[in-house]
Amino acid sequence: MPEMTLIEAIRQAMDEELARDECVFITGEDVGPRGGVFRATLGLFDKYGPNRIIDSPLAELSIVGVGIGAAVYGMRPICEIQFADFIFPAFNQILNEAARMYYRSGGDWAVPMVIRAPYGGGIGGGLYHSQSVEAFFAHIPGLKVVIPSNPKDAKGLLKSAVRDPNPVIFLEPKKGYRLIKGDVPEGEYTIPIGPANVSREGADLTVFAYGMMHYYCLQAAEAVAKEGINVEVVDLRTLMPVDKTTILASVKKTGKALIVHEDNLTGGYGGEIAAIISDEAFTDLDAPVKRLCSPDVPGVPFSHPMQDWFMPNPEKIAKAIRELAAY
Amino acid sequence: MELSKDTLLAMYYAMLRSRRLDERAWVLHRQGKIVFHISAMGHEASQVGAAFALKPGKDWLVPYYRDLALMLCFGLTSREFMLSLFGKQGEVSSGARQMPSHFGLRRANVVSTSAPVATQIPHAAGIGLGIKMRGDDAVAVTCIGEGSTSQGEWYEGLNWAAVHKLPVICIVQNNQYAISVPARLQMAIPDVADRAAAFGMPGVVVDGNDVLACHKAMVDAVSRARSGGGPTLIESKTYRPVPHSSDDDDRSYRSREEVAEWKKRDPILLFKTSLEGQGVLTSALNDEYETKITAEVDDAHKFAEAAPYPPVECALGPVYATEAYHA
Repeated sequence: MPEMTLIEAIRQAMDEELARDECVFITGEDVGPRGGVFRATLGLFDKYGPNRIIDSPLAELSIVGVGIGAAVYGMRPICEIQFADFIFPAFNQILNEAARMYYRSGGDWAVPMVIRAPYGGGIGGGLYHSQSVEAFFAHIPGLKVVIPSNPKDAKGLLKSAVRDPNPVIFLEPKKGYRLIKGDVPEGEYTIPIGPANVSREGADLTVFAYGMMHYYCLQAAEAVAKEGINVEVVDLRTLMPVDKTTILASVKKTGKALIVHEDNLTGGYGGEIAAIISDEAFTDLDAPVKRLCSPDVPGVPFSHPMQDWFMPNPEKIAKAIRELAAY
Repeated sequence: MELSKDTLLAMYYAMLRSRRLDERAWVLHRQGKIVFHISAMGHEASQVGAAFALKPGKDWLVPYYRDLALMLCFGLTSREFMLSLFGKQGEVSSGARQMPSHFGLRRANVVSTSAPVATQIPHAAGIGLGIKMRGDDAVAVTCIGEGSTSQGEWYEGLNWAAVHKLPVICIVQNNQYAISVPARLQMAIPDVADRAAAFGMPGVVVDGNDVLACHKAMVDAVSRARSGGGPTLIESKTYRPVPHSSDDDDRSYRSREEVAEWKKRDPILLFKTSLEGQGVLTSALNDEYETKITAEVDDAHKFAEAAPYPPVECALGPVYATEAYHA
């Protein structure tokens, strides 16, 4: 199996889907000759041409709104929002149109589209190139929300997202674009949207995470393993719909749960996981459900010491694991 | 283009039918039998003139809530409209999930619409993009009120249509009020159509109470769109002789004299007078039309009133599609 980076896997997924289905097209800012500011679409313009790799006007709501129109017409748009921070002008289109179209038409109009957006901090991006936006979208029935943590999953999940008949928000941990490498199977494969993945087996406690934080959680788990703490790590992968079965099975096994995300604490997605556990696994618990999240300040500060203060990292996660293990 | 006598009478009949159905809705509301109605009164010429330049079933429509006459021309039945007023089982646009007049009609390529205004404009651009990508012989038509042209969605959608020379026609039915706010507080220009120049597309002002003028403008726009000439903005200047909706009271923001003056220019009255003057419409024929329409409206009213409500289980879904319909 060839090793590749996260962004190479994402690019390969789009390349294969463009080749497979001529209804698939890509639009977004700078996705054309430039190949995207992160180079996710590098080379695709030369291969598929300007009719299928379309540089959009600099206007996010219409990237999504035009995608919705094309999707109901029968196309399969992949809409790129350059940074998740800039997705909010399109929020009305995503919430009121893409997510609600199928229900409100009694199943007459499906909206098969993917909205890709790089998200997350730790890259010197300040308040407006660092945001984690998943909680806003995981709240919306009708949407699917997917966050891959490694190249193999990213490719398989993105291919599933392109083929899904529903709007899929596909959030990519941009700090990991070139940092996270991994083996990707050769040939055609997909990974289903929905199931979480137990990425590390353990017995003492479970850490739930996704995206970049999952990468850090694996590192933290390795670190505390040397101290005799045996951590299970669950990569949620799909936030909406959530895989309750895997979550509850893991808590039943370990009796302790730590949820890690880089979005801020209050109203974050971790609250939903905590609620599911307390609701349906209360008697399995040996300790309070804990959350390690970024602080409740309005954004990720730019200056490095402040950014480091804001971001969860393997050391902070290891500390939280030790505290929970000792409970 | 010379229209045949039969076509002229068909246009008149379509306008009259919409009006009588609309009037019944107001009566039902005042009787307390339905909870909401939003009217197309006064807009029949704009809509019927446009509809007769289109090919229902082939062309695509993304309407707004005031498009009853247009919807009837696209094949919505009186019974189906009445089911929407009563929120009854079998309602065709949404299975009675949506309020009345939130139109959609899958069988006629009429895309489901919502209540936040102007969201449909990028959808029309996206449909136009799909038509162009596939090389199909269709046009995408969308309608909107003048107040909603203040929304960014309108600008972003039409900008896409212009940049890519898409087969899109936007009809702005300028009835001079957005609920209570007059057009002079929406924009500093007398004609919405002037904004077309900023997009780089033709902008046409037409007397929205003159069905033949509306038809002519639409024929030109459709011809341009079908021949690859790109989008057109048509501003149809008209008047809403009734409150915004059944929940509005227009006495608080405009004089009775103003309304009375406009009622003298009622589009159905104008067309009727013209057709009578030409000897196309006789009193006997008009009576025949009225009798036929009254019977249809009576039937639809009774049918919908007697129809069952949807079972509450229908509220559960469908939330996610398992397959997407393709055009």
